[in-house]
Amino acid sequence: MSNVHDSHANDHGHHEPGFWQKYIFSTDHKVIGIQYGITSLLFMFFGFSLMMAMRWSIAHPGEPVPVFGFLIRLLLGSENAAAQFANNIMTGTLYNSFGAMHGTIMVFLAVVPLAFGAYGNYVTPLQVGAPDMAFPRLNMASYHTYWPGGLIMLISFFVPGGAAKSGWTSYSPLASVADHGSGIWHIFNGQTLWLLGMVMLITSSLLGSVNLIVTIVQLRVKGLTWFRLPFFTWAQFVTAFLLLLAFPPLESAGIMQLMDRVAGTSFFLPSGLYVGGQALDVSGGGSPLLWQHLFWFLAHPEVYVLILPAVGIVAEIIACNTRKPLWGYKSLVGAALFLGFISFSVWAHHMYLTGMGTKVSTFFQLTTVIISIPSVIILTALMISLWGGSIRFNSAMLFATAFLPMFGLGGLTGLPLAFNALDLYLHDTYYVIGHFHYVVAPGTIFALFAGVYHWYPKMSGRMMSETLGKLHFWPSFVCMNLIFLPMFLQGLAGMHRRWYDGGASYELSLAVVPILQPLVPVVNAVLEGFGKSPVEGIRAIDLNHVMGWGAWLLALAQIPFIINVLGAWKFGRKSPNDNPWGCTTLEWATPTPPPHGNFLTVPEVYRGPYEYSVPGADKDFTPQSEPPKARS
Amino acid sequence: MEIPYTVKPRPDTGVYNGKLGIWLFLASEVMLFGGLFASYIFLRLGAPEGTWPNGLMNVWAGFFNSIILLLSSVFVTMTWAAVKLNDFKGFKRNLAITMLLSLVFLGVKSYEYNQKFHHYGVFLKDASSPVGWSVQITGHVLNNIEKDDHILLAADAYQPSDWRSAPKSENADKIKENPALRFALPGVEITEEKHDGEPVLKIDKKDVFRSSYFVPKYNSFFAIYYTMSGLHALHMIGGLVVFLYFWTFGSKMFHTHRAQFANRIEVTGLFWHFVDLIWFFLFPVMYLM
Repeated sequence: MSNVHDSHANDHGHHEPGFWQKYIFSTDHKVIGIQYGITSLLFMFFGFSLMMAMRWSIAHPGEPVPVFGFLIRLLLGSENAAAQFANNIMTGTLYNSFGAMHGTIMVFLAVVPLAFGAYGNYVTPLQVGAPDMAFPRLNMASYHTYWPGGLIMLISFFVPGGAAKSGWTSYSPLASVADHGSGIWHIFNGQTLWLLGMVMLITSSLLGSVNLIVTIVQLRVKGLTWFRLPFFTWAQFVTAFLLLLAFPPLESAGIMQLMDRVAGTSFFLPSGLYVGGQALDVSGGGSPLLWQHLFWFLAHPEVYVLILPAVGIVAEIIACNTRKPLWGYKSLVGAALFLGFISFSVWAHHMYLTGMGTKVSTFFQLTTVIISIPSVIILTALMISLWGGSIRFNSAMLFATAFLPMFGLGGLTGLPLAFNALDLYLHDTYYVIGHFHYVVAPGTIFALFAGVYHWYPKMSGRMMSETLGKLHFWPSFVCMNLIFLPMFLQGLAGMHRRWYDGGASYELSLAVVPILQPLVPVVNAVLEGFGKSPVEGIRAIDLNHVMGWGAWLLALAQIPFIINVLGAWKFGRKSPNDNPWGCTTLEWATPTPPPHGNFLTVPEVYRGPYEYSVPGADKDFTPQSEPPKARS
Repeated sequence: MEIPYTVKPRPDTGVYNGKLGIWLFLASEVMLFGGLFASYIFLRLGAPEGTWPNGLMNVWAGFFNSIILLLSSVFVTMTWAAVKLNDFKGFKRNLAITMLLSLVFLGVKSYEYNQKFHHYGVFLKDASSPVGWSVQITGHVLNNIEKDDHILLAADAYQPSDWRSAPKSENADKIKENPALRFALPGVEITEEKHDGEPVLKIDKKDVFRSSYFVPKYNSFFAIYYTMSGLHALHMIGGLVVFLYFWTFGSKMFHTHRAQFANRIEVTGLFWHFVDLIWFFLFPVMYLM
């Protein structure tokens, strides 16, 4: 842990480090942050592609995947493709695999590494005025356990039987007994590889979170007191604690599930379990509920791991682009701390369906309703921050402002789910899918996009194209809502969330959605234009087509972003100065891009983080590191 | 710019970076083992009354190991003190003793594992029982169970699946005179032979619900015992590797950066104390309760 000194001394040798040391095995937090960023964006694209294939299966069950079928065959290998993807038609098994891997990849390999690994690594040390993370080599180790974890997940598509199919929640006993092949595949199968991959990812996040907390506590520069920390740093601080304390119970659960699968134990297998008409040769006496408790003990705080860094990014961007101080900075910090604290005591609201007793469910309903209070404080403070500002709508600000209503919609639709009685009905429907996707997809992911636009000039020294940025934002905004808004209607209509055929074989999904009746004339006019017969009403199942198109168009909407990120690195307009947006926090006080060691001289902080438009100041922002003027 | 506070403590927090780092790491370790201890409680409370095994562990081996670990904790502290006092010989000696003690611990642990791996248990079939079996008999196997159609077991104990439905022995009085009679159960033939003073039983495989050596899959107790003590042993091996590095190649730093070297020993020592602490929870929970 304490071999930092050595590595740092080595890094300051006068020789120029070679390619491998500079870009691959770098100990520089900025390089590692960018490594995390690129890797997690690639994983995000991959996880999104899995979802597009699933959306095809939902909207067009039993029809061959057009155009991109060959990519799926490539992903699966010939043997699995023949069994699960014959004639380019998605089977239920493949759909289950894709579903489990979509969830796992999006949460553990895309959003968390991007929000925490990339932004936490790149921005936080700069914001506290540190030359690097506290333990640079540990930081490197964190990245180099992260990507092998992802690689193991990808490899699992190739093994006989394919990748894990038991959902990203990996519920036992299904996950304990699934996928066992013969011979070596008894161990090296999709589900076991999933567990091994998770152990790598948990280790990586452990190294990262220890590092980040120590960096914030120990490496704050002179004058940067706790209540002068930018809110982004606070958000990362709380996030790091959540990762540090919530992940280990999942690791112990993972070890136990691994024992169930490899050593034949019965941690999560009850007595008298029959699979395929055969009694399992296990001792029994275990508890499937135990897995759920340990899993959700991680996975609820994990929700706040997804949200808090996003809120931090949005807070920075809003303060900078409204040119006024963040409203209620101390309330925001307090809310984030309280949120982190109480997020450890709400996990069982994911488990109402297990038939828990009324006393236990009362407790968890209460804590769940309580946790909505700090969330609402955060959202309210950010909304009020917009009030009366002369808002500069650059691409970053567009994404940041869109975050507010999208995250709000996701949060508010979660409130009914806090109550046992309603949750029993809604839990296994698309309503829940809509709820948490509104929080994470147009919520968190929009904030992460905003962060890219905001900090890109600092990372590269060049500006991204505003035109391409707006071309990215508006279609993404529309498509996100096309995908997720219909989910609420489908869910309320009773559509189950795990059907690979999108409900084609289910009577309720064929029922007309009354609330959409006013849209029928419009739809009929369009249908007439295509020469098709008119409809009497819009059925829940018809919405699958809208959502499918939403997803595929959303993919197209990312093209401007990809062009923008790659193109601007070389061809973008040069950033006019070190601080093109006129921000106050310390990361903008570095040279652009920041050199190894970040600051030319050790900075000192004289003021709070958001001194915008201070009356009597000579410009509309006063950087934290600007010394107070001598009194005249 | 150098990273500050790698050796000297930061004045307002009072610790150097590594020390804060190891405390945070230990906090996460508490959660890791906490998850497993919670699982132990969950499994034990969920087990049908009377089926949780007792007295299967060698208490004296566990007690001996507890003393060994306690001593190693003392010596790791003395190692740190020796570095602080600039006593290289003392550092080498104390760290060597620490490592030897941990090797003794691991040796005793493997002896215990080995004993368990050679102990056998048989669950007797019972169609009327909701779990498929009613009684388990444990002991040592005397024949080739792969080949034969029966099991020859030098039996040392039996335990019903549920006390309430335990088959009542008709010959309770006779058991005092001939303890072998406690195994007089349907499907069990008590032979005349003895092995190490234990009666040898002949059990037909068709009367066996399931049977195995005392490996993790035997029952929930062994599952959690092997998982937790195995994870604990892995932590010890990890600490041992780090100590070995400090004792050999790493000891160069004693002469070049002694203050930092003392910090390294201190931080690893904290980890070592924590690993000991885990054992002081494991020992009563697994051996005594």
